[in-house]
Amino acid sequence: MHLQSARTQDTIHPLWLRLTHWLNALAAGILAMSGWRIYDASPLFAFRFPSGITLGGWLGGALQWHFAAMWLLAGNGLIYLLLNAGSGRMTRKFFPLSASALYADLRAALHGRLAHADPRSYNSVQRTAYLFVMLDTTLLVLSGLVLWKSVQFPLLRELLGGYETARRVHFFAMTGLLCFLAVHLAMVALLPRTLLAMIRGR
Amino acid sequence: MDRLPPRSDADALVKEALKRLDLPTRRLFLRDSLTLGGLSLLTGCSLGDGKSAETALQRISRMNDRVQAWLFDPKRLAPTYPESMITRPFPFNAYYGEDKAPRVDADAFRLEVSGLVSDKHAWTLPELHALPQTDQITRHVCVEGWSAIGRWGGVPFSAFLRRVGADLSAKYVGFKCADDYYTSIDMPTALHPQTLLTLSHDGKILPIRHGFPLKLRMPTKLGYKNPKHIQAIFVSNTYPGGYWEDRGYNWFGGS
Repeated sequence: MHLQSARTQDTIHPLWLRLTHWLNALAAGILAMSGWRIYDASPLFAFRFPSGITLGGWLGGALQWHFAAMWLLAGNGLIYLLLNAGSGRMTRKFFPLSASALYADLRAALHGRLAHADPRSYNSVQRTAYLFVMLDTTLLVLSGLVLWKSVQFPLLRELLGGYETARRVHFFAMTGLLCFLAVHLAMVALLPRTLLAMIRGR
Repeated sequence: MDRLPPRSDADALVKEALKRLDLPTRRLFLRDSLTLGGLSLLTGCSLGDGKSAETALQRISRMNDRVQAWLFDPKRLAPTYPESMITRPFPFNAYYGEDKAPRVDADAFRLEVSGLVSDKHAWTLPELHALPQTDQITRHVCVEGWSAIGRWGGVPFSAFLRRVGADLSAKYVGFKCADDYYTSIDMPTALHPQTLLTLSHDGKILPIRHGFPLKLRMPTKLGYKNPKHIQAIFVSNTYPGGYWEDRGYNWFGGS
C-alpha cells in the first residue's frame, strides 16, 4: 500500500494521458500523410507533397485513411479534453499563464537558460505551446467538418468563411501542427527523459 | 532515473523507447476502437498488410455511409449564390479527356426508367423539357477539393420521381450513362429540393462537356455523385454501386 502510493506520487503522466497522447500521435500522423495526398489531387499552392511521404497510394485510398483516422482523432481528442478538464489537470498544469511570464521564459529559453528541473510542472513556453496545439487541433477538426459536411453545418461553415476559406484554414492549421511538432520533437531530442516519461509515466 | 544512459546514447534510447511503446499502443488501440465503433480497423492495423488494411478501410467507409445518412437533413439547403459569383468557364472533369465526351443524338435520345416505378415509358427530350422547370446557382464541390459555382436548370428530381410513380420508400436510385459511367444515390438525397434533373447550364442547353443531354445535379453531393449523359434511371433496393465507388470512393459522398 505504501509502495503503491509512492509510485503514484512519482507519476508525471497518468496512464490515460499517455494512452491519449500516443493515440493522438498515431491519428495525427495518418491524417497528415493522407491529407497531403488529398492536397496533391488539387494543390492550393504552387507545390505538391512528394508522394513518398504520403499515405493511401491514390486519392481514393488517402480519403479512406483520412475518413477512418478522423474518428480516432476526434474521439480520442474528446476523451483527452474531458479527462484533462475533469481531473483538474488542465488548470493545474497550464494556468496561470501571462504574457509577461511567457516573454520572460521565452527570453530565457532563447539564451539557453530555461530550467527544466522539475518535469512535473510546465514553464510558460510549454504551457503556451500545449494550449496552442489543443486549440489548433480543434480548429483542424472543425474546419475538416466544414469540408466534409459544408451543407449540414451552415453556422460553422459561415464562421469559417465558407467552403473555400475553410480549405485554407484546414491547410494552415495543419501547418501550425507541423510547426508545433518540429519544436516538440527537437525538445524531446534535447531531453530524452521526457520521452521515457511519456512512455512509462515516470 | 540513474539507469538512464548518457546523452550520447539518445538514439539508442529512442529506439528502445519505441520498442516499449509497441505493446501499450496496441492494447490501447483495441480499447479505443471498441468505443469508436472502429473494431474493423483492427483487422488491418498492420500498415504492411495491404489486403486486410484495404478491407478494414472499406468497412469503415460503409460505416461512414451510415453516419452520413443519419447526419443528412433532407430539408437543409445548400447555399445559393448571386450571378456575379458564377465560375466561368466552368471546369470540365471526368475519368476521360474532354474530347472523349460522348456525343448523344438528341432526336434518338430516350431516357429509360425502370425498377420500382409504375410508369416505365421512355422519355424523349421534348417530353422532359415540357415538365415544370426550375434553376439554381450552387457550388459544385469536387472530391479533389476544388469547387466551382454554376447555374443549372431542369426538372426537380423529386417531381420526376413522383411523376413516374417511383417507390419513394426504396433505398436507391441508380444511373447509367452514355460514357459508361454509372453511379447511385440514396432516396433522401434523390428527394432533396435542390436535386435537379438538369437540362441546361448557365441558361443554355446543357453542353456536351457538362453532360448533354441530361445530368443529375446535387449541391449536397460531391462531383462524382453527379452523373452526366444519363441514359437510364432505375429505382431499386439492391445496392447498385458506382464507377468510382467500386474503386474506393465513399458511396454516400455527400456534404
